[in-house]
Amino acid sequence: MLAEIILIFLIVVAGTGGELCLTRAMKTIGEVHDFRPRALLRFFGRAVTVGWFWLAILGMAAGFFALLGMLSLENVSFVIPVTALSYAAGALGGSIFLGERVTPQRWLGVLLVCIGVTLVWKGKG
Amino acid sequence: MKSPAALHFKTFALILVMVIFGPLGDVFLRKGMREIGAISDWSLANLAHVFVAVFASGMIWLGIASLLTFFVAFTLVLSWADYSFVQPASSFAYGFVAVLGRYVLGESITNMRWVGVLIICVGVLIVGHTPPRTTEQP
Repeated sequence: MLAEIILIFLIVVAGTGGELCLTRAMKTIGEVHDFRPRALLRFFGRAVTVGWFWLAILGMAAGFFALLGMLSLENVSFVIPVTALSYAAGALGGSIFLGERVTPQRWLGVLLVCIGVTLVWKGKG
Repeated sequence: MKSPAALHFKTFALILVMVIFGPLGDVFLRKGMREIGAISDWSLANLAHVFVAVFASGMIWLGIASLLTFFVAFTLVLSWADYSFVQPASSFAYGFVAVLGRYVLGESITNMRWVGVLIICVGVLIVGHTPPRTTEQP
């Protein structure tokens, strides 16, 4: 049980932290307008020169290995919905760390998602 | 400046890619980890053994390929849309992963868990009716 709690914590905190860093990196580079392979390669070439991108890789890698650990212990239909706990962390991090304006309607959606996650947890059976 | 309709189309096309390939990747990973076996010994020596087994598994590599596809779509969409919009919107994948878990992996899912998944999807629909970008371009 302790191992599961630690793994979920790692998935939520390291994974969400990594995604927030990735967002920061992508916003630094700017919006993608050209979806041709060569242009996309140039875009990713610029991405790897941004420090936030590498922090993102580190956080997301930690989250990935924690996810593998959880998936060795529990069913995917339990593990994946439970990791949606990161939604609250994401909305909070988005508003604090990235200056995004999270509207009340969006908060309501996030709240419903969290209620759903709670039911998934309680329905573990 | 792109029109709001074009921005929404581009956003939802990439979110669709995320919704399909994210859950597929998770299912492949679960299948691979089920073959490797539950981790009960968390010593460094055993984790090193699991690490080697993980990267020798074809299922895990299929999962990684699917998740990489998800990651590319996610990275692209984040270049214009808010993180707090993309992350919950992509949660529709939670419904898809439950369906795949039930019918591909044969997992047992209680009614309460299905209700939970349904509520997650309703939350996603609400989030989908908010603007994808609330901040100015740098």
